[in-house]
Amino acid sequence: MAENTKVQTKTEAEAKPKNSGKVKEIFLNGLIFQNPILVLFLGMCATLAVTTSLTNGIGMGLSTTAVLICSNVVISLLRKVIPKEVRIACYVVVIAAFVTIVDLMLQAYVPALSESLGLFIQLIVVNCIILGRAEAFASKNGPFYAAVDGLSMGLGFTLALCAMGFIRELLGNGAILGHQVLPQGASMIAAPAGGFIVLGLLVALTQYLKTRAADKKKGGNQA
Amino acid sequence: MSFFSLFSLALTAILAENFVLVKFLGICPFLGVSKKTDTAVGMGMAVVFVMGLASMVTWLVNEYFLIPLDLAYMQTVVFILVIAALVQFVELFLKKFVPALYTALGIYLPLITTNCAVLGAALINVQNGYTFIQSIAFGVFSGLGFTLAIVLFASVRERLEFAKFPKAFAGFPQALVTAGLIAMAFMGFSGLSIG
Repeated sequence: MAENTKVQTKTEAEAKPKNSGKVKEIFLNGLIFQNPILVLFLGMCATLAVTTSLTNGIGMGLSTTAVLICSNVVISLLRKVIPKEVRIACYVVVIAAFVTIVDLMLQAYVPALSESLGLFIQLIVVNCIILGRAEAFASKNGPFYAAVDGLSMGLGFTLALCAMGFIRELLGNGAILGHQVLPQGASMIAAPAGGFIVLGLLVALTQYLKTRAADKKKGGNQA
Repeated sequence: MSFFSLFSLALTAILAENFVLVKFLGICPFLGVSKKTDTAVGMGMAVVFVMGLASMVTWLVNEYFLIPLDLAYMQTVVFILVIAALVQFVELFLKKFVPALYTALGIYLPLITTNCAVLGAALINVQNGYTFIQSIAFGVFSGLGFTLAIVLFASVRERLEFAKFPKAFAGFPQALVTAGLIAMAFMGFSGLSIG
């Protein structure tokens, strides 16, 4: 039922793209309808690799969000200056610069998190979500909307990462945020194989909810 | 660098620490270009080629440019630029001089710039302090590991096309669960090391 109302909100927002409506639409798109991981399937490497615990999921999600907002704003400001032929290279340089900043900040202030995320902080550069949003949104919209888009996409990403991290930490190690709650976990879930399977099941669940909501809506219209 | 340690490096890079199934690098092409075995082989070969070359060039850039100038913190920015330029250059070179190879690899090359396996290999080379030869070997062997994983995965997916499964699993979830089962098989290699 809740899913149903959300779908209706989306169609309304699409019908009249006014200012407040647009912000809301961008927000809902990033968080739910166009969730980068569960619907668009972008940024899979980071998703699978770092979500062995909830802490990692939150850390990775927020780092990516920070890079996404900054790069979206800068690219949006530069969108009329960047020549079309070399735009991808320009985007990559902007993104890489912000990733380096985030990487150095994490090393300085949260060394433990930086250690456990390791290589994947630097690999935010090649996370398809960021380049994808630069190309699909920031290069066509003003800086304000680009920032909103970066925030909502980043939070959508963080949300999915947290779900993955929570499930894998609970079932794999029997812990939540490092506190033991179950006597034992199935280490398979925390292993790489478990990552693929948990994500597969989550996406299957999303697809199931989506088709069910669509079916219900269709049934409602006919009646 | 003895033959023995090279063999050990190969075994680790291809099986025990497989880039895709153990380290989670290069998942996007792994899931995206694995519907048919032929395309999977093409992608794999392109990755081996570019990863070997990129490992070589980034090692040289790091050793003779970044370290002397004390710019090691710029690694991420410089490496991604080097890789992007390299891929573009390889594409032009192949188009002009080896058209047969270009038609075989052409469409996969641009995709490789955003393949995190290539940047990952370059960064791992630096972190582990590999020598020049070791870096190239690591790049090539990791590429071969990627090829092995993607070809295995594509062959399984081809057969799954006619299988019956719940509607919610159509498309992506099914591929992910399949990959999970293959990764489970690769867990068997995890203790494997020589020397």
